[in-house]
Amino acid sequence: MTPLELADDALVAAQRLSEWVSRAPTLEEDVALANIALDQLGVARLYLQSLGDEDALAYGRSDAEFRNCQLVELPLGPSRGDLDFGWTIVWLLFLSAAQKIRYTQLAAAGDEIAAKAVKESSYHLDHALEWTVRLGDGTEESHLRAQAALDELWPYSHELTEGIREEWLSVVEPVLAKATLAVPSTTWAPSGGRNGQHTEHLSYLLAEMQSLHRAHPGVMW
Amino acid sequence: MGKFCNTERMEVHGADGLLGEVEEAEAALRSAAARDLSGEASFDAIIAADQKIEPRDVMPDAYRKGLIRQIAQHAHSEIIGMQPEGNWITRAPSLRRKAILLAKVQDEAGHGLYLYAAAETLGITREELTDALLSGRQKYSSIFNYPTLTWADMGAIGWLVDGAAIVNQVPLCRCSYGPYARAMIRVCKEESFHQRQGYQSLYVLAQGSEAQRAMAQDAVNRWWYPSLAMFGPPDAESTHSAQSMEWKIKRFTNDELRQRFVDMCVPQAEILGLTLPDPELRWNEERGHYDFTQPDFDELMRVVKGDGPCNRQRMTHRRRAHEEGAWVREAAQAYAKKVSVQ
Repeated sequence: MTPLELADDALVAAQRLSEWVSRAPTLEEDVALANIALDQLGVARLYLQSLGDEDALAYGRSDAEFRNCQLVELPLGPSRGDLDFGWTIVWLLFLSAAQKIRYTQLAAAGDEIAAKAVKESSYHLDHALEWTVRLGDGTEESHLRAQAALDELWPYSHELTEGIREEWLSVVEPVLAKATLAVPSTTWAPSGGRNGQHTEHLSYLLAEMQSLHRAHPGVMW
Repeated sequence: MGKFCNTERMEVHGADGLLGEVEEAEAALRSAAARDLSGEASFDAIIAADQKIEPRDVMPDAYRKGLIRQIAQHAHSEIIGMQPEGNWITRAPSLRRKAILLAKVQDEAGHGLYLYAAAETLGITREELTDALLSGRQKYSSIFNYPTLTWADMGAIGWLVDGAAIVNQVPLCRCSYGPYARAMIRVCKEESFHQRQGYQSLYVLAQGSEAQRAMAQDAVNRWWYPSLAMFGPPDAESTHSAQSMEWKIKRFTNDELRQRFVDMCVPQAEILGLTLPDPELRWNEERGHYDFTQPDFDELMRVVKGDGPCNRQRMTHRRRAHEEGAWVREAAQAYAKKVSVQ
């Protein structure tokens, strides 16, 4: 993956996760989700800074210029504006497992940003997998919600894990088994994010993120 | 790095003395712990000796209840206070500001956590405290019932609201109840960073474009009087003050703290180049303080009673988050039970 792809995955993920602030199921989880959002934002900034002016890149590009995979731009619930914790946990499980694998590979190849990020992504993955098991093997309702999220998000995992699918499955499948969740059988595998072909959701996310910055061109903040 | 003024190391004029007081309170706490007042000492003797009451000590019921009320209100304020600032995280105008704001709001959740823990030492549970907030039996600071309408509100809140909170809270680092005093030392250290980032953010706006400058002035105009009202009603009308002073929970009166805040803000506003919206504001040589216009206390009472611009919105948001998280908390409990049985 290119630094821009890594940066955009992390930046869009941070933007999505920060929607949870003040809305989490417990106060501890509010702290945890904000923390993960901050880590993602931190990595995004480092990669963007390695490419140029971080704010010009984050605020100046249109959706078709973003190179994130489609998974990260999806709303954190079934529809736009929804926030579903089960959905968020499955999404985070997918993302953090993929990021950990990629950062580990990049760190081994001498990428200093990835070397820093790998520790954080291990923590994110632990957090997501613990919750996946709690929800999957918790109550009937939590099981149904986690399975529904898994069914909806699974197709988007293909683009996320391009080139590392086997390794990613070897991390995720045992977690799902422990959580008593069934791996979906669908073979639908939407993609295109890496070429700037996104879902309907990204332009809304960017409209919100970029509105203030774009209303005052050229000033300092 | 993005474009921003080099204000990283800029001090908030007048705030350093307050941080010094936090350090002194921490030192006093350690020396009080070292002095061994025999285990038999009565509540009154401990208070008189300026030592700390600890959870296991016998204490008057009114002291316990008053502290629960005060600590809970403080904790609830941190939790509700996440909303007005959380409102701008997704729209922060630079990635650096986004990171700072996200970290700040996360700190507030953390403050809520350790204040709830301090209240729990007085024999009340988190569930009871949450319930008291959601049912409206316990209050939170009225300042969070005002809307954050522009980005400059993030700066004004940091400077004025966090500034007022620090002036209020620094004396609490010496409060007679040990767990509360210790929590406040931690809170105050982080709050001073919050105030500094708000001040810097406002400074950048005040030095910026015409539109940014207007945004900054408008935010100060809207937050000044509500910030003054954070110190509570005038001393003559304050219901809890006298007893709290006697028990060394409170160390200064509402009016004393309000004056201290005004005296601190005037020179800071001058450095910012922004105008505090009070034509009566002027130095009084005789008193050695600034004269100023009091906030509208009738408005404060209306907001306390539930009719501020955002009371309903804030409570609906909190209740909804709590209700929508119920299935998650139930799942966590059910799973923990399964694991403990195995």
